[in-house]
Amino acid sequence: MNPNLYFLKPVAECAFFIALILIAAKPVGLYLYSSLNGNPSRLTAPLRRLERLFRRAAGARFLEEQGWAQYGKSVLVFNAMGIGVLLLLELIQKWLPLNPQRLGNVPFDLAFNTAVSFGTNTNWQSYVPERTMSYLTQMLGLAVQNFLSATTGIAVALALIRGFIRKEAKSIGNFWVDLSRSIVYVLLPLSLLFSVVLLWQGVPQNFGPSVQATTLEGDTQVIPQGPVASQEAIKELGTNGGGFFNANSSHPYENPTPLTNLLELLAIILIPAGLIYAFGKMTGDIRQGRALMKAVLVLYATGLAVVVFSEWRGNPLVQKEFAAIVETGHSQYQPGGNLEGKEERFGIAASSLFTTSTTATSCGAVNNMHSSLAPMSGFVALFNMQLGEIVFGGVGSGLYMLILFAVVTVFIAGLMVGRTPEYLGKKIGPLEIKLTVLAVLVSSIMILVVAAAGSLVAGAKASVGNPGPHGFSEILYAATSAAANNGSAFASLNANTLFWNISLALAMLVGRYVPIILTLRLAGALAQRRYTAVTSGSFPTTGWTFVLLLVAIIILVGGLTFMPALTLGPVVEHLMMLSGSVF
Amino acid sequence: MTMKTQWLVSAKVLALSLVLLGIVYPLVIFVAGRALFPFRAGGSLIKEGNRVLGSDLIAQDFSLPGHFQPRPSACSYDPMSSGGSNLAPTSAKLLEIYGERIRKLRLANPLEEVKVPLELVAASASGLDPHISLGAALWQLPRVARARSLPRERIEALVRESARSPLLGFIGEWRVNVFDLNRRLDRLLPEEEANKNE
Repeated sequence: MNPNLYFLKPVAECAFFIALILIAAKPVGLYLYSSLNGNPSRLTAPLRRLERLFRRAAGARFLEEQGWAQYGKSVLVFNAMGIGVLLLLELIQKWLPLNPQRLGNVPFDLAFNTAVSFGTNTNWQSYVPERTMSYLTQMLGLAVQNFLSATTGIAVALALIRGFIRKEAKSIGNFWVDLSRSIVYVLLPLSLLFSVVLLWQGVPQNFGPSVQATTLEGDTQVIPQGPVASQEAIKELGTNGGGFFNANSSHPYENPTPLTNLLELLAIILIPAGLIYAFGKMTGDIRQGRALMKAVLVLYATGLAVVVFSEWRGNPLVQKEFAAIVETGHSQYQPGGNLEGKEERFGIAASSLFTTSTTATSCGAVNNMHSSLAPMSGFVALFNMQLGEIVFGGVGSGLYMLILFAVVTVFIAGLMVGRTPEYLGKKIGPLEIKLTVLAVLVSSIMILVVAAAGSLVAGAKASVGNPGPHGFSEILYAATSAAANNGSAFASLNANTLFWNISLALAMLVGRYVPIILTLRLAGALAQRRYTAVTSGSFPTTGWTFVLLLVAIIILVGGLTFMPALTLGPVVEHLMMLSGSVF
Repeated sequence: MTMKTQWLVSAKVLALSLVLLGIVYPLVIFVAGRALFPFRAGGSLIKEGNRVLGSDLIAQDFSLPGHFQPRPSACSYDPMSSGGSNLAPTSAKLLEIYGERIRKLRLANPLEEVKVPLELVAASASGLDPHISLGAALWQLPRVARARSLPRERIEALVRESARSPLLGFIGEWRVNVFDLNRRLDRLLPEEEANKNE
């Protein structure tokens, strides 16, 4: 093969993956549409029994339609209780079964941080799982929250869509019904299927203690075990991202082959992409979904291109220092580029795809170490999260945030042409736009406040692992990841301190539940409105004009808010790297 | 719905979720693993009699010149604390560590005309990366052959035999499982016996 053509391989890999998403989005979207509306296909009809089980548990009289306030209370109460149970499990795991390593109880600040982290779909991990969490805590505590936090996201997205499609209505659906359907028809069956594929490829599922091996050269190696496969499947499907092991999806037990990596990538984006299609279907005009999908793809492909290019080109400092003695280029049988913190079986392309996908959604699983990424790749990861994770976005949460941005877009378009803005046949009045803007800005404010506090408090700064601008990026990344409910990290930051555990937990809580409540309030307000017929004067929300305006608004809001901070971190580091500085 | 009923309904739904998703679901996968893929579900452990030699998915430290070496590990190949170096690309410490690794590799592999492959210098993400590329394995060939007093061709044949191609030809890299390769290498017959058998 001609060496000048080696770059075609990562391009082909990325194109192949994007094609897979596009192919999968429609069937998945149709499936989500029918099953979330209570009409499962014939294939999954047997699951109706499970749904009945949930309905009976909740009690039939509580399955009636709820107004936004009731719906919101159900969300908050259920989430608070889930976080409480998880916290308790962590605090008493020493006395519970399925703890073959006899791990002690988790200290309170760490347990609190972790419980909030998994309850809010963030899955930020300040701990080393192999040495902190018992098998019971992992499967009964963490993995259950993986399911429940994802279903919370789906429920809120459904409620918002109902706000648009219902006319002069007081209710926006029932939380318990939405919750049980998304577990029974979506997350559970997909997780069962995916777990079996993962088992086949090498992901363990057992309850044995860590194994002591005597290596081929006679050393001793202790290898942890556990119920990994079941947790790994939901970790991606629910865009949770909390690893069973410290190395997350770069660990060969979590992600053993190029095939599992491809499927994990697909699992991360499958439901968010399907939901965008289902959104179009629910509004009765699939072009509405397609428009959002186009905007998302533009942002995704742009970010991906920057990451692949930066990683493929490699580290100029290494190339200069060791030019004569190290082969840093690409060849047929040997990868080149930036290989620090990457796994051989994935290489540059699959690592870049993972970095882009995990930060575009709210997943936060990693198959390479983000702190060792090229500065501009770190920039993309940060910016993806700071945009509010709307590029596909988290399960559910991505869609409702994306719809909020669409509302901001029609509002600004309305200002430009001097008409009352409307979206999907609903007028956007002062109350609606206030709620929307507040929901969009609240996590941004949290990010900047926590990052500022982390940079000022002496004890917090001591956690930084790399000096120079990269150190600031570590702080910014932690604040961003928490407030945007992502969970990936520049892991060189030692976050298991009182300051970081508590401040990041607060950022996660505010970044998650304030937008949820505002979104539900908005859904309630929209549901009550009359339907306004589309006229020739309405701003069409399906064509490329809308798509490009939406992209521009998203970048503008994110850019105006974060450009100063991003400049101090990754941009400065990038420029210093090019000029040959080390720290 | 009063606040009290909210808590009550919530408790009941949560209890069902805990049983179904936290106990039944992982147990079903456990049983499926035992029935369908017992070796993989058990952690892909390779045993010799009662002794566990390791897992063919988890890298171990190989330092003898007669063994192929895996990627460098930031956690000293300790699976109880998996992870990467997390050093920034602009880190002075990173360059220092690279310099040291390169020095050692060049000392052990006296090949002045061929440059050291970067992947044998850069630490993996998990610290437990079981693979090296085909290129990085072939680069170590002369050292291994000399340490074992075996002709290069025999070892090269073994390396090429263990190499796995990228998925569908373009996803991932050409890779060799180091643990697997070294085990096969240890079982190779010494040269004279191999000749006798022929």
